[in-house]
Amino acid sequence: MIINNFMRLIIPSRSQNEAFARAAVTAFAAGLDPTVEEINDIKAATSEAVTNSIVHAYADRIGNIEILARILEPDIFYIRIKDKGCGIADIKQAMTPLFTTCAEGERAGLGFAVMESFMDKLRVTSKPGKGTSVTMTKRIKSRYEQN
Amino acid sequence: MGTAEITNNGERLIVALSGEIDHHSLKTLRGVIDVQLENYTPRLLVLDFREVGFMDSSGIGLILGRRRIAESYGGKVVVKNVSGYVEKLIKLAGLGAMISKQQEVCRK
Repeated sequence: MIINNFMRLIIPSRSQNEAFARAAVTAFAAGLDPTVEEINDIKAATSEAVTNSIVHAYADRIGNIEILARILEPDIFYIRIKDKGCGIADIKQAMTPLFTTCAEGERAGLGFAVMESFMDKLRVTSKPGKGTSVTMTKRIKSRYEQN
Repeated sequence: MGTAEITNNGERLIVALSGEIDHHSLKTLRGVIDVQLENYTPRLLVLDFREVGFMDSSGIGLILGRRRIAESYGGKVVVKNVSGYVEKLIKLAGLGAMISKQQEVCRK
């Protein structure tokens, strides 16, 4: 596929950057002329991945999160969210809906479930001690198809 | 930034949430709601999502955490005025039964 446009954003893992990250990503994705529902899906999936990096990957320190978004012509939105945090030992377990490592019980354990169901494709690669990379794509249906 | 406006009549605590609910705003929202919840132990906690522009699974955590507190003293939690998008998230979490379809005007 031809990469028509891309953006790269690096932010420290501070929780106030969650809103900024998803706003920046959705503003970029607007280039594909998505519907409100598609934008909400991308916004939520981005928010989940960035929050995971903040809450889990960098649980006890501030580190960088790199967000790479691409528009793959004609209609695919691609996003990769990468951190150099603690990594995930058991990805399958981490992706199980309702599974959470947060003891105080305020995390729903639904981050990956949201990413999986709101985007078309989700791929997670991780190395304990090295970091985690979450790649997602979503096909944005053209206005003609929707009408 | 998510905010919560609270109406409390002793029996029923109505929390009108607004703005964006994420892991960041959750800390503030949780604090504001829990003070009321723990002090007044209302029979019913209504979480009103009418003015919520965005939420991610942190919003589900907010609902689950408040339900846990309410159930600890025999209270109940319902959510209302959810948009199609918020409803999709709530159903994904298997909490569809908590959505109240009842139309009521109890806001200030």
